[in-house]
Amino acid sequence: MTFENSILSIVTFLPLLGAALVLVTPKTALNAIRWTALVTTLVTLAISLWIWAAFDPSNPGFQFVVNYPWLGDSIGYRVGVDGISVLFVVLSALLMPFCILASWEAIDKRVKEYMLVFLILEVLMIGVFTTLDLAMFYVFFEGTLLPMFLIIGIWGGKRRIQASYKFFFYTFIGSVLMLLAIMAMYWNAGTTDISRLLTHQFPESMQIWLWLAFFASLAVKMPMWPFHRWLPEAHVEAPTAGSVILAAILLKLGGYGFLRFSLPMFPDASAQLSNFVFVLSVAAIIITSLVALVQTDIKKLIAYSSVAHMGFVTMGIFAGNALGIQGAMFQMISHGLVSGALFLSVGVIYDRMHTRDITAYGGLVERMPRYAFAFMVFTMANVGLPGTSGFVGEFLTMLGVFQVNTWVAFGAAFGVIFSAGYALWLYRRVVFGALTKESLKSILDLSLREKIILYPLIVMIIVFGFYPSPILDTTAASVNNLVSHYTTSIGLDPAVSLADARAPLEYAAPTGEAAPAAEHAAEPAAH
Amino acid sequence: MNSDVIDFASVAPAYPELLMAVGALVLVILGVAINKEKSALISWLAVLLIAATGILALSNTADGVLFNGVFIADAFGRYMKLLVLGGAALSLILAMPNSEANGVHKFEYSILAVLATLGMMIMVSANDLMSLYIGLELQSLALYVMAAIKRDDKRASEAGLKYFVLGALSSGMLLYGASLVYGFTGHTNLTEIVGAIAMEGRSIGLVFGMVFLLAGVAFKISAVPFHMWTPDVYEGAPTPVTAFFAMAPKVAAMSLMIRLVMDTFQPISHDWQQVVIFLSIASMVLAAFAAIGQKSIKRLIAYSSIGHVGFALVGLSSGTQVGVEGVAIYMAIYVTMTAGLFACILSLRTEEGYVENIEDLAGAAQTRPFVAAIMAILMFSLIGMPPLAGFFAKWHVFLAAIEANLYVLSVIGVLASAVSAYYYLRVVKTMYFDEPKSTFIAVPNELNIILAISAFLVVTYYFSVGSVLTNWAHIAAGSLF
Repeated sequence: MTFENSILSIVTFLPLLGAALVLVTPKTALNAIRWTALVTTLVTLAISLWIWAAFDPSNPGFQFVVNYPWLGDSIGYRVGVDGISVLFVVLSALLMPFCILASWEAIDKRVKEYMLVFLILEVLMIGVFTTLDLAMFYVFFEGTLLPMFLIIGIWGGKRRIQASYKFFFYTFIGSVLMLLAIMAMYWNAGTTDISRLLTHQFPESMQIWLWLAFFASLAVKMPMWPFHRWLPEAHVEAPTAGSVILAAILLKLGGYGFLRFSLPMFPDASAQLSNFVFVLSVAAIIITSLVALVQTDIKKLIAYSSVAHMGFVTMGIFAGNALGIQGAMFQMISHGLVSGALFLSVGVIYDRMHTRDITAYGGLVERMPRYAFAFMVFTMANVGLPGTSGFVGEFLTMLGVFQVNTWVAFGAAFGVIFSAGYALWLYRRVVFGALTKESLKSILDLSLREKIILYPLIVMIIVFGFYPSPILDTTAASVNNLVSHYTTSIGLDPAVSLADARAPLEYAAPTGEAAPAAEHAAEPAAH
Repeated sequence: MNSDVIDFASVAPAYPELLMAVGALVLVILGVAINKEKSALISWLAVLLIAATGILALSNTADGVLFNGVFIADAFGRYMKLLVLGGAALSLILAMPNSEANGVHKFEYSILAVLATLGMMIMVSANDLMSLYIGLELQSLALYVMAAIKRDDKRASEAGLKYFVLGALSSGMLLYGASLVYGFTGHTNLTEIVGAIAMEGRSIGLVFGMVFLLAGVAFKISAVPFHMWTPDVYEGAPTPVTAFFAMAPKVAAMSLMIRLVMDTFQPISHDWQQVVIFLSIASMVLAAFAAIGQKSIKRLIAYSSIGHVGFALVGLSSGTQVGVEGVAIYMAIYVTMTAGLFACILSLRTEEGYVENIEDLAGAAQTRPFVAAIMAILMFSLIGMPPLAGFFAKWHVFLAAIEANLYVLSVIGVLASAVSAYYYLRVVKTMYFDEPKSTFIAVPNELNIILAISAFLVVTYYFSVGSVLTNWAHIAAGSLF
């Protein structure tokens, strides 16, 4: 096994080494435990960035591949990343140090267990994106439930037990059906190797059932309306870092699953059921945006806005064209940064005031100008203001879906308006207004640790807003490959549909013709 | 025929059983001869004997049919025997600490366990309705006494009596079934019965006999609707005895069931499949719902074991080699998890005695973090959460069911496992999310070792034993086809 080959195994299992170190550290050496966790996650981040740098974006296939049979005939040890998964590996590794830092002081009981569980969670999250074995995908996908259940249940808020149970059962019941579908796929294709399954043609009658079984799991994880009921509670009750991981990474498992399995492996079913997904997506965008408007709990409001934003993602994915999928990919990465940042910002004031009630705040700008600025950037990114990363994803998905179904794009546009409504209103109520509350008069602005957490996120959100190509270039080849596979499978001429996809782009950027389509769409959008 | 008996080398396939039988007799003499206070010595000798038998069984590659065809030694039998021996040895070790308090300090206990294990080995290797019954009864008689070994305790005596009455009933059913099968095929030898069924075809009497036989065995694996005794006996019997019941006898009875349906009744697979599917669904569903209301840990484990038998039977209902492989893997993982689970229960002891109710575990994560962590891991594994071993167990059995197109069974099964998650999680919740109520006494070393081993295997299954176990199970299942 060469270094190139083992790098993915290293990045996946390195946090386990950190976990082992934490395990042997005495319980009372709190700082040693925290530093071990932080250093581990930073090293993991460094390796994941190295992978991104070494990743060849022009190759649409899997890279850094390892492929061994392992448990009997059915389960193997297979890893590899392509343009779709590599960014998620980086995103997971990127957010972990922030989570550890955010928990530095906020978590003061059972610190050892906390760090242990977080490091294990990191292994499972990165594993989901690096594995190329269908059964192991399920292992990692489902495995994330276990640490998350404990994080919510042990370190959560007042109603943590109900929230953790709800989280567990919603996801578990959906997932077991996917497990059966995975087994059926194994018997039909004779392998659980994802790279071979991607080219396997499942019989059309079977595809519908497989698609539905996957949908049962992925739609809950995503979450799509009306399977989102677990999410607001889980978000609200989880500790700050738990909410960040939930919103930024775990929700993306759903979108990743749609991109990795539903679309390429069950193209016929995806095409037939795409309208169904559109309806649910638009419903999610409009209904949950409206629900977010009336929330009195800051975290709950952000949680509902996550559901709405995920609506854009599902919509873009099932548009089935390069624009939509590029947009969905970008939206997922951007939402990972933005929602993570928002929850971290809420954590900042929660640590001070121990309440998430919107009415308990007001006029923070007077005492906390730096915080007000950071929170403003994140709010604007959440709204999708041009110049922030939030805009690019929403714009691309709407563009993509517009070609397929104008009415869906029309409906989704309302979401953009509503999101401005609830996000700005939240910002006004929390940050602006007169500082009348006694309890807030002595509140302190960002500490150094909090600056270290929030400032890099501000930079990334703005940089990717103006210059999205590092992300779009990485995904372009794999996404184009996926789109041409999808369109061929459902009987559309790939050339025609690619030309379709390019038409508005040429309008937008008449000079570009051979370059990856979506990148050009994004550039005029960003400026 | 005489030469068979005289020539010692020709009975090579039965060496492990012979060693076990002779060893048991020696232990009886030793036990009577030496001071009764030294029962720990007998226990360790019994464990040693079982270990030696295990090594012998592992290294003994002689296969074949012996003693006029009543005894068969094959890869499948070897695999199952190793599981039986492993389960028996572990439960004997579990019984050592605080044996006085549990009432299992008498030297007869270990000897009865050895004899029961011998019975189980004969069950695993039975190739004739008669040897099958002899093995089963040797096991059962020893188990009846073990259940009631704490003579002065009302609950233990009640458990023993209940177990005896229902066990006798099941033996009766099994015998009745055996007589019907003999009556309609004219043979008691399992191999010849297959031939007779293949020649003469299926008859209603034979199906009746088959159903009665399976019902008798279903009692022993405590599959619904023959599970009534399980919660009461599990609760009433001393915990180490319960641990013994939960491991080795289940494996032995399961392997008996596998041999009966996959070998003997293979020609009428459609008939037995209905029975097995029914047992499987009934066990999974009933256990999932019945366990929710339980307050006592041991009753919870009883229902959990009923559920797990249901899951194992999912693999068997497929009637394929993949299915048998799945059941074999399932039983191995089940034994590992159960051993750990009972070690946890025996470790959590307060000044007043063993913890009986789930509520009493409150906050164990803070007072006994090691035990609580392992118990939580085992609970997650019992749910079937990846990446723990319990998931891979379920993976293999459901894989077989999907191959055989048993979609309804599979969907019911996975949903039942989702329901069962509720009561397993309740234990985790009590230990981790609630505040501590009681303090626990320090854990004996024997238990710590079993805890650590069990948790290690469950957590690292994919990396450590998984691959080897899958291979063994593959070879074992292959020998039946």
